[in-house]
Order: sequence, then structure tokens, then C-alpha cells
Amino acid sequence: MTSTDQTRFPAGGVSAPPAGRRPAGRPSSRRAETRRKWYEIIGLTTPALVVYVMFVLVPMGFAVYYSLFRWRGVGPPTEYVGFKNYTLAFQDPIFLDALRNNAVIVFGSLLIQGPVALGIALLLNRRFRGRAVFRLLVFVPYVLAEVTVGIMWKLILAEGGTVDALLRSLGLGGLVQAWLADLDVVIWTLLFVLTWKYVGFAIILLLAGLSNVPHELTEAAAIDGASWWQTQRHVTLPLLGPTIRIWMFLSMIGSLQVFDVIWVTSVPAVRSLGASGTMATYMVDNGFFARLWGYGNAVAVILFVISFVAALLFQRFLLRRDIEGAITKGAN
Amino acid sequence: MATNPVHSPSAGRRPVSWGTPLTYALALAVAAVSIAPILYVIVGGFRTTPQIVADPGGLPDPWVFDNYTRVLTQSKFWQQAFNSGVIALGTTLGVVVLGMAAAFVLARYTFRGREGLYTFFTLGLLFPAGAAILPLYLMLRDLDLINSYYAVILPQVAFQLPLTIVILRPFLSAIPRELEDAAAIDGAGRLGFLWRIALPLSRPALVTVGVLAFVASWNSFLLPLLVLGDVDLHTLPLGVQNFSSQFSTDTAGVLAFTSLAMLPALFFFTLAEKQIVGGLQGAVKG
Repeated sequence: MTSTDQTRFPAGGVSAPPAGRRPAGRPSSRRAETRRKWYEIIGLTTPALVVYVMFVLVPMGFAVYYSLFRWRGVGPPTEYVGFKNYTLAFQDPIFLDALRNNAVIVFGSLLIQGPVALGIALLLNRRFRGRAVFRLLVFVPYVLAEVTVGIMWKLILAEGGTVDALLRSLGLGGLVQAWLADLDVVIWTLLFVLTWKYVGFAIILLLAGLSNVPHELTEAAAIDGASWWQTQRHVTLPLLGPTIRIWMFLSMIGSLQVFDVIWVTSVPAVRSLGASGTMATYMVDNGFFARLWGYGNAVAVILFVISFVAALLFQRFLLRRDIEGAITKGAN
Repeated sequence: MATNPVHSPSAGRRPVSWGTPLTYALALAVAAVSIAPILYVIVGGFRTTPQIVADPGGLPDPWVFDNYTRVLTQSKFWQQAFNSGVIALGTTLGVVVLGMAAAFVLARYTFRGREGLYTFFTLGLLFPAGAAILPLYLMLRDLDLINSYYAVILPQVAFQLPLTIVILRPFLSAIPRELEDAAAIDGAGRLGFLWRIALPLSRPALVTVGVLAFVASWNSFLLPLLVLGDVDLHTLPLGVQNFSSQFSTDTAGVLAFTSLAMLPALFFFTLAEKQIVGGLQGAVKG
């Protein structure tokens, strides 16, 4: 896809050397020049730094502090309980269910979306008339708000709703389930909705990766008598490695934090029984709505630590080369 | 590739074929799965609830426009769309201004600690926004910002900054140094260079980060859910959620409200598809 190249300035590397300073004159003016440079540096970066530190980093620090108290959110926290909130969380079967549900979503997304997206991307990477339109359509679900998607599927999957009617008219009435109410089924229904919503994102990334595979290579393979499938398997796929790994990373982080679709699509009663809740919905249910602020913050810290450790491990072992300079530079 | 490989060494424009029927069949199936549910919601809005109950999969018969007019005239749709718009524009403006200023320094100034500062910002990419939501709420409450646009805008700007800086910095670094020297000879300082040369030149990248910030804000749900208790400040996602639980028996009305809430996003997407797709791809490529 050429749009990437249009939106970026001449393929500059991340670490392209910054432009140097202007030649300086006499020492005193050089000192004035240096001082001015620092004023500019501080003046231009401070607003971003302040907002970033204040609203991204500081809250997590507070979460750690609050998590050590039993606190209903009124007045300053006073009832110090140490790590009790953490042990309570890991003793609550509903929280353990949330962990399991998150695991289902993380691995389910990787195992289902990955192959599906790869297949569709390879399909839409073939040259045929109208290809651009198909690429556009496939991406539409990703642009819709999570809430809209959740409400939409809730209506479609309602008991006696469209999906049920469709299955019955196909003579598959035996497959009809209480999609969003059956405690054993609901997590898989949600996984389906999430897949529908996010597979377009994977496809877009993979198409970008595919557009970087030189035509010369696939053509050479074709001339040597390789079939379309052999070309994809032995030429294209290996070159897609970095794109696939970055998608896996983003998918994993998103799955660990998933909130909106779950919150909107599944009924609170089902969630409260642990059948469909995730760490994030559990955190908001307990911390915000039940006003167990200390406990909720402990869950926030657990969610944070799990995501952060997963991200670091993934980076350490799989991503190091792929986003060199963006995230990893300086961290290793 | 199914089309016969043409031996054009420069791999320029090769003929686009009609593809095999199988390719089309598969592509159509994929498109249908992506679009059918959305069409169902939009078309369903033109039916009455009894029609829907009687035959969930049917077409409107007759077509009724009452649901859509009802939502547009009697619900808080317009006010919620306005709130969503103000918050999304505020977020976009904040992200573009703060992100550009910081990325410019990180790209065009040489100073000790520059790479450290960049890493510090990129660390934010690893910070799950969802996890910070409770302490964020408490902080905004202490700052007395709850139930204001700022309560959504400021954190959204903050969480969007890392990605913005990652996209903008290589772009700004790639502006040839000769241009900066030329500006200096013409008497412009670094700030003049930023304002008169770097800013206009980075327009495509700024559009990309702006569009990404706008869409993220337009769709966001969790933060507004917690910090906008005041119904008059509710954004569209909150409105959809409320409407659907408040009037859950009015299926047709919910379908109409949901499709109306979708339309701005769909419209916006067709306008800025290149920037959204290109931005996501560009961000991932580094």
C-alpha cells in the first residue's frame, strides 16, 4: 500500500542524525547562544512532559499507594492493610475467572485472528480489480466505536434474534445457544465479537508488511516454477515475520486490558458470576461502582504489572530487532 | 500470483486482472461478514419493533422513518455529538501542539539526555491506559476537574503523546539540514525554522497523528464513563450505551440510535482512510 510512504517524509531512519547547530561566534555570544538553546529546549518540551508525567506516570504511582489501604474513597486513606488487598484478589474466584477470561482472549485472539488475518491479507494482496474497495470494507469494523459494536452484536445475538433466526432457517436450529447468557458460552461469543472487531487491524498491518515484500522475489519464484502457495509459504511468509510479531505484541496488550466490548455486550449479572468479566471490568466494578477504592487500585496494579511484564518479555525475546529505536533503544 | 508474471524489469504498472472467480468469491464472503452486521443495524432502524420481533432477519415492510426522526428530535443525540466533537477536537489540538513541540526538540536539537528523554516518552507506549483509570479518576476528582471536558481531554492527550512523538520524530529528523542552514542565513532562529519550515513540511505527518487522536477520542468510552457523570456532558458512546439500556424494549429505536452514532465515524473514515491506515502502518513500521 503506497499510502504509508506518502504520509511519511523521505524514508528517514528513526536515528537519523539531528541537524547540528549553527557555527558560533565569539565565546560570550556562544554562551548566550547555548543558554538560549536550553531555554528553547525546556520551553518546548515542558508542556508535553508535564501532561505526560502527570496523567500517565503519576496515577500509576498513586495506584500503588492507594492499594495498600482499605479505603472507601472519602477523605485521605488511613486504614493501612499492607498487601491484604492483593491476597484478597487472588483468593476471589471471580477475579481468578477474570484472569482465565483474559487468558482466553489473549490466546484466542492470537490463534484465531492471526491465521484468519493472514489468509485474508494474502487474498487481498493478489492483484484484481476492485481490490481497494475490499480492503476498505474489511477495515470498517475496526473504525467503529467499541460501544457501537457491542450494542450491535448484543441486539443481533439476542435470544430469538437474527443469529438464531438465521440458524433456524438454515436448519441448524440445534446450534442455537443463549449466546450472551449461557455461562459456558458467553466468553466464546465475546471472543467472536472481538475477533470481528479487530481482525481488520491485523489485516491492515499485514498488508503493509506484504507491500514491503519486493515483487522481484515473488516473480523470481514464479519463474522458477513455484506455485502461488509455495511462493507465499517460502518467500512471503518468512519476510512477514517482523510485522506478525508487532501485531502479536499489540494484540496481546490490547487483550489484557480489554474493557469496552465486554462491558457493553455482556450483562452485569453474567459478569458478576465470573463468566465474562476481565481484569479491567472487574477493576471498574469493584473499585468505581462498589467504591472499594483500595481494592480496586490493587487490581489496577496487578493488571498493570501483568501487562508491563508481558510487554517487556515479549520485547526482550521477540521484538528486539523490529522496533529498534522506537521503544527498545536505551532500554537494553 | 495467479496473473502471469510479466517480465517488466522495472516492475512498474502491471496490468490489473479480473482475478480468478475463486478470489472474488472469497473476497466477497469476507466483505459480507465485515459489513452485513452493520447494514443490518442501519436497515433495522427503518423497521418497527413488532416487525423485528416477528421476523428478526427480514427487510423493512413498509419502510418507517419514525425511529430516525424520533432519535434526532427527541433524544440527546445532537448534544452528545457536540460533546464528542468538542472533546475530540480539544484532544487533537493538544496532541498536535504538544507532540510537535516535543518531537521538534527531540529531532533537531543536540543536547545531553536527549535519547534518555525520548526513551522516557516512548515508555508510555507500554503503559496500559486502562490500568491507570481508577487513580486517574481520583486525581481528576482532587483537581476538581470531574464533569468537565478537561477531565477527558487532558488524559487523552497524555496517553496519545508517546505514539505521536514516535511518529513525528523521524519525520522531523529527515528534513534536510540545508534547509535549516538556509533559514539561519535568512536570519531565522530555530523557532523561526520550526514555525516557517518544519511545520508546513510536516503537514502530512501532523494530519496522520491528528486523525489518529481524533478517532481514538471519538470512540473512547471508559474514561468518559467514569469522569462524565453529568448527563449533559455525555459523549456519543455513553449516549448509545444509555439509550440502549434505558429503552431496551424499543429495539427499533436502539438500532436507529446506534446507526446514527456510527455514521459520523463511517463518514470520517471514508474522508481520512489514507491517514488512518497509513498512520497505523507507519507507526508500526517504526
